[in-house]
Amino acid sequence: MASVFEYAPAPESRSVVDIAPSYGLFIDGEFVEAAEGKVFKTVSPSTEEVLSEIAQAGEADVDRAVAAARRAFEKWSALPGSERAKYLFRIARIIQERSRELAVLETLDNGKPIKETRDTDLPLVAAHFFYYAGWADKLEHAGFGASPKPLGVAGQVIPWNFPLLMLAWKIAPALATGNTVVLKPAETTPLSALFFADICRQAGLPKGVVNILPGYGDTGAALVAHPDVNKVAFTGSTGVGKEIARTVAGTRKKLTLELGGKGANIVFDDAPIDQAVEGIVTGIFFNQGQVCCAGSRLLVQESIQDELLDSLKRRLSTLRLGDPLDKNTDIGAINSAEQLARITSLVEKGTAEGAEPWSPECELPSSGYWFAPTLFTNVTQAHTIARDEIFGPVLSVLTFRTPDEAVAKANNTQYGLSAGIWTEKGSRILAVANKLRAGVVWSNTFNKFDPTSPFGGYKESGFGREGGRHGLEAYLDV
Amino acid sequence: MPTTASAVHPLTDVTASDSTLRRFLHGLPGVDAVGLEARAASLGTRSIKTTAKAYAIDLAISMVDLTTLEGADTPGKVRALGAKAVRPDPTDRTAPATAAVCVYPDMVAVAKEAVAGSGVKIASVATAFPAGRAALDVKLADVRDAVSAGADEVDMVIDRGAFLSGRYLKVYEEIVAVREVCGTAARLKVIFETGELSTYDNIRRASWLGMLAGADFIKTSTGKVAVNATPPNTLLMLEAVRDFRAQTGVQVGVKPAGGIRTTKDAVKFLVLVNETVGEDWLDNHWFRFGASSLLNDLLMQRQKLATGRYSGPDYVTVD
Repeated sequence: MASVFEYAPAPESRSVVDIAPSYGLFIDGEFVEAAEGKVFKTVSPSTEEVLSEIAQAGEADVDRAVAAARRAFEKWSALPGSERAKYLFRIARIIQERSRELAVLETLDNGKPIKETRDTDLPLVAAHFFYYAGWADKLEHAGFGASPKPLGVAGQVIPWNFPLLMLAWKIAPALATGNTVVLKPAETTPLSALFFADICRQAGLPKGVVNILPGYGDTGAALVAHPDVNKVAFTGSTGVGKEIARTVAGTRKKLTLELGGKGANIVFDDAPIDQAVEGIVTGIFFNQGQVCCAGSRLLVQESIQDELLDSLKRRLSTLRLGDPLDKNTDIGAINSAEQLARITSLVEKGTAEGAEPWSPECELPSSGYWFAPTLFTNVTQAHTIARDEIFGPVLSVLTFRTPDEAVAKANNTQYGLSAGIWTEKGSRILAVANKLRAGVVWSNTFNKFDPTSPFGGYKESGFGREGGRHGLEAYLDV
Repeated sequence: MPTTASAVHPLTDVTASDSTLRRFLHGLPGVDAVGLEARAASLGTRSIKTTAKAYAIDLAISMVDLTTLEGADTPGKVRALGAKAVRPDPTDRTAPATAAVCVYPDMVAVAKEAVAGSGVKIASVATAFPAGRAALDVKLADVRDAVSAGADEVDMVIDRGAFLSGRYLKVYEEIVAVREVCGTAARLKVIFETGELSTYDNIRRASWLGMLAGADFIKTSTGKVAVNATPPNTLLMLEAVRDFRAQTGVQVGVKPAGGIRTTKDAVKFLVLVNETVGEDWLDNHWFRFGASSLLNDLLMQRQKLATGRYSGPDYVTVD
């Protein structure tokens, strides 16, 4: 939107990050070629520029990596907790020292704004390593028995929406509890995991404790199915999660799944309106809505619907979409052409089913994958866009008349990851939060994360918890 | 563009009695402090460079109410300030004049003469500034003095004691009375002393109270207490003027005052204006900075942008 006060571009420098033309797999402390010699390209979603060529792990590579992790496990798990903590603290400090480099890298590979990688992702990544480093020598006090034991080799598969943060959520508790790790990053965002491999070397982490295997779904499937993996952790789509659950069923592997969501953001008529509008924006437009716990369903009390929607539309008109490396960008690129196509088709479906789309005036860059922030009004529970996870910057607006109706509608979904409550009345926050079937309920805020706070889902949003003391349980034999 | 008008709008009847006024003010949406502060902080991270910075600096200079409010003020001091307001940078005539010079009522005539013919306005803090602890007659006499000496703008303080004890109608009536004395001769800025009101809910209520009573501007503070203008309280007041215009069609200005000393700070406030109420408020008829030392930093940054070098405090005037 043209204004008398135009901000000149303020791009973060790319020169702080040095991306090699190609990367291997990280197995047993070394970067190696894939056994079958396959490679794939990773592109920058905002420009479609090829960033690097990445080795693609196959079954033989999974074997090698799991074997390396198994060998490393003997020594790693036998270390005193205080020794493991030293490595984790060292990794956390290196992440802080290299945070600008990693933030730029993540923005290039993922397409999210530098503002988010710099101010949200990287501080949280470091915080998770610091937090779990602190637990490493106190496991006997965590409430899981007098001397809880690690499980062994953890096979971890992470998504592309928060590549480095999801890595931290997985690797930090696994290492703190004495497990070793084979991790598969997503095929569209492998770079920060490979840079993390370098950080492990810089920290002097013993060989084989962390192994990184970039690849597609088949790589992940081979890892999950590998007989010598003791623990599987997955964050991603519900569809893939169900596949994994079938694979793991009947084995002795422990499993945690953190899957899709369709979070309800409930705004009561006595809410702090201006802050609720900010919370709605954060809830659905943070990381272009590519967040499993996004507040993608706005449930607004009918009596304030018009006022709230006017405020929300006015606010959306001030969002700045464009070059994710610009420090003033609020909305970056969609992660891949495939994801853009999925968002587009669901939005078309929403329109065809009679919901009314609205977007602010917004110029989309000519190359790259972009989708304008969109909200749908006239949405009911019967609409596809109120049920299916869109995983994009698309908000469905529904209304309710009473708290009971709000709770009923919020819970009427196959998911149960997150929810938000906006009201100035404290007793209502407590009453409603107790009735919501969601792993996280935020009140008068949204999308706030902290390593001390457990995160995970109900129903088809998965099971198990990551973060906090609860996050240790998934990696301990309890 | 909606213009300031006297208090005739759809909300007139809420001021019928103390209880209707209280009910209205307490029915305004609450303010979540954490969320408000987070929003203000996030807007503070906007990166303003090159052309945008040059624009912001000139805009900020043109919005400064260059202020001296000391017991030791003399005609000489006020004349020097007036000269500076008219021509802030003697080495660069392209620097805009400030919006106004702000002085005590007894200095209005001197200031008026010092800026004659320049378009720079004279603002005067009246109503027993800064404490406001005087009888209404005394306050009105103070305002009358200022206006008859030629003040274009009157900055009044509200009775915080009455506000905090819930006597909203008393506060309202005082503002209306001062508004009447100002008449068409002077625009009225109502100062809440937000640091003393303490809560954000109080600041929102005070904002609406001031606007209902016919304020042309709402102003954060006197600059005489510990907490003055902050990004969150200014953001909150911007939201209030925006909502007030949406309900009544009447546009009201905003003036953060006190504690804004650097260009960096000023630019952050302009970003708040830009992204909360937009260009309708981005000129000095609708937004002001109450400041005494901000101008020199703006001028130094302006010189740096123009020359590529930072010259230091002796390259701007000390007045």
